[in-house]
Amino acid sequence: MKKLLAAALALATVPAVTLADAHGSYPDRPIMLMISYGAGGATDFQARIVTMTAGNEDALGMPIAIINKPGAGGRVGWNWFATQAETDGYTLAAYNIPHFIAQSIKGGVEYSADSFEPIANWGADPAVFVVAADSPFNSMTDVVEWAKANPGKLTFSGAGLFVGHHIAALQLEKASGVQLAYIPNSKGGAGAMKAVIAGEVMGGVNNLSDAFRAREAGTVKILGVFDLERNDFLPDVPTLVEQGFDVDNSSVNFRGIMVPKGTPQGIIDKLSEIVPTMFENGRVQGKMKAGGSPMHIMTREEVQAMWAARQSALAELLAGL
Amino acid sequence: MTFLAYFGPVFEPVSFLLLLGGTIGGLILGATPGLSPTMTVALLIPFTFHLQPVQGLILLGAAYTSTVAGGAVSAILLKIPGAPANIATTLDGHQMAQSGQGARALQLSFLASLVGGVIGVFLLIFLTPILAEWALSFGPSESFWIAILGVTVIGTLGGGSVLKGLLAGCIGLWLATIGFDDIMGAQRFIFHPSLGGGINIIAALIGLFAIPQVISLLARGRRHRDVDVIRVARHPLMQSVREVLGRSRSVGIGTAVGSIIGLIPGVGGQIAGLVAYDQAKNFSAERDKFGTGHSEGIIAAESANNAMVGPSLVPLLTLSIPGSPTAAVLLGGLIIHGIFPGPDIFRLYPNVVWPFVNSMLVGQLLMCAFGLVIAGFAARIAMVHHSVMAAVVLALAVFGSYSVQHSMNDVYIMMALGVGMYFLERYGFSPAPLVLGLILGPIAEGNFVEGAMIARAQDGILMYFFTGTLNLVLIGIVLASVGYSAWLELRGRRGPEGGV
Repeated sequence: MKKLLAAALALATVPAVTLADAHGSYPDRPIMLMISYGAGGATDFQARIVTMTAGNEDALGMPIAIINKPGAGGRVGWNWFATQAETDGYTLAAYNIPHFIAQSIKGGVEYSADSFEPIANWGADPAVFVVAADSPFNSMTDVVEWAKANPGKLTFSGAGLFVGHHIAALQLEKASGVQLAYIPNSKGGAGAMKAVIAGEVMGGVNNLSDAFRAREAGTVKILGVFDLERNDFLPDVPTLVEQGFDVDNSSVNFRGIMVPKGTPQGIIDKLSEIVPTMFENGRVQGKMKAGGSPMHIMTREEVQAMWAARQSALAELLAGL
Repeated sequence: MTFLAYFGPVFEPVSFLLLLGGTIGGLILGATPGLSPTMTVALLIPFTFHLQPVQGLILLGAAYTSTVAGGAVSAILLKIPGAPANIATTLDGHQMAQSGQGARALQLSFLASLVGGVIGVFLLIFLTPILAEWALSFGPSESFWIAILGVTVIGTLGGGSVLKGLLAGCIGLWLATIGFDDIMGAQRFIFHPSLGGGINIIAALIGLFAIPQVISLLARGRRHRDVDVIRVARHPLMQSVREVLGRSRSVGIGTAVGSIIGLIPGVGGQIAGLVAYDQAKNFSAERDKFGTGHSEGIIAAESANNAMVGPSLVPLLTLSIPGSPTAAVLLGGLIIHGIFPGPDIFRLYPNVVWPFVNSMLVGQLLMCAFGLVIAGFAARIAMVHHSVMAAVVLALAVFGSYSVQHSMNDVYIMMALGVGMYFLERYGFSPAPLVLGLILGPIAEGNFVEGAMIARAQDGILMYFFTGTLNLVLIGIVLASVGYSAWLELRGRRGPEGGV
């Protein structure tokens, strides 16, 4: 009976597969965008904004529906996307770099950068170092000095293992030559930020967008940006390099849209042409700015180059782990 | 009393229509298994892009409030909790509906929700600064002990034997470990790729409660050709009002427990109803009647899960910390309009935040009124023929578990758990402690692992988990709860009636 039910349900919910060579009419039904994190997180929230104009005639002409498949730090959703998702152009997913590439380098997952085809990038959220508003630390040098005097005792939170925050933490350890205690939070970036504000940990690495809002609220101080240049949202916060630490932009969290490998080239071409124009829409940009979410639009070719660069940088950084 | 000045915007035509639509729609969606409050609010976010900030938030707030209350409808009538918050409501609510008093059960549930919900919002209005401070004092160690406190509730929850309750709880805790673990990504008990994502809580909830019922409905329908028709009694509303007022102890316990637990980020809503139910039972003079369709059980559970709504917004609004998945989605709704939560939010955005909070008060009233209107009609569902009922419940179960993340795997898992539960039920096990184990497992584990990592960098695990006033108080409550259960079990064995 289970099989019968499954078949009936599959028939009812998955409309007939479109012909691979009929790209001219693509898309002729709504498109699904899989988010491998829970509803309400930064990726989910931003994806809902950047896809809101998909149904416009000058965009795809069909709406994009968000489906969340959270679990195990994104592994559940991306495993599903690499192995089970339809390659008909109606199943898209959001990617998070460096997260999924770092996971694939460490192994235990069914995907790698070769399992997916990037379409376009919408955002780049650098990692920043935050401390509670009443913390005695006022610069990254203060933090590292304390850590040198107390090796292994400086606790600081982040959203999990192998996310941008963790990469930033590893880079900080390497650049400063001290041992730190990175505490991955089981409740993601929001939980990691709460741990800093409540004083459960002495500091934390978090998303620039969330840290910016927390600083507006007066609950944290931001001590450094893990990027090559200062950010427009935080012109007063120096980068790690400015403070004497050799840290590049490997931890910057890039977010964008991809399809599974095997999707017809015609559909990939059409999506890579239209999706970046959706991101450039004035209303989308306005909403993203209001939410404190930094945008960084990149085309398919630019994303392919960025993925390749991250792949080699992360392989080197994670080799010793 | 500044909030009184901001009732005007709630009653502007567009805002009020959104409030009304959000409330009624939320009740209906909340009553549909699988469409949790988080899901409903997330689906509504894109609509708010086209609205004024105030209007958008009123819509989201109304949907949040009423989906939580709407979950009680399916919990009572179909014995399928709409969300984890409504598990405790099934225990007495469905029993009452089975005896033809569905209207009474629904009325009690909506009235209790109203009382709890309004008090919860008042706490948000008057005590936000104090409560925010308090919410922050729950770190990994405190949250771990709260989860352990929840575990101690397991034994006494089912109504049957303490031992069987604990055993069911352990099965739940074990099921919770299946899949990749959240922090390290270790693979546990993944015998088949479809288990990689673990057991989805909503799918499990539907399977464990609905499927055994479908099987027994089908079995019963075949045995009795002339099915016993349940008479659905009309129930005067005033009698329910008097009953809720008369059960002030249950209302008090439910509201207090719901407000306190709702405040704790990350533990929140899922267990508030169950803990309140258990406490109301412990303090009741008629504790033996719990689980048989007793009004105190419904009142405590429903006042708790709506009391939680207001306080759960405190850490969100003042600290930008979402205490629950639904609050996280609401946070998105705020910042999309450029409103950044923080200690000054009420001062910086009075024209948005106060009408939002006020709309939740008005929303509670609308929710209760509409709920009472439908209660009489909805209760007639008990008169539906068994075989029809089984088909409807099965269809809802499949639809509900599929819709959580559009995955057939969840449907298979739901079915498998449900069939397993049918056999467990025949041996005297009940689904509520099992689900509680499933919910508490990740909370206890996540907080323990996190706390242990912090502790290792500092003064060691013993110091971290066993010092500090709040930790010690919680440990004391845990010990008292365990002792009380043990005492009940022993007395039950020795006593002449042999209670269990």
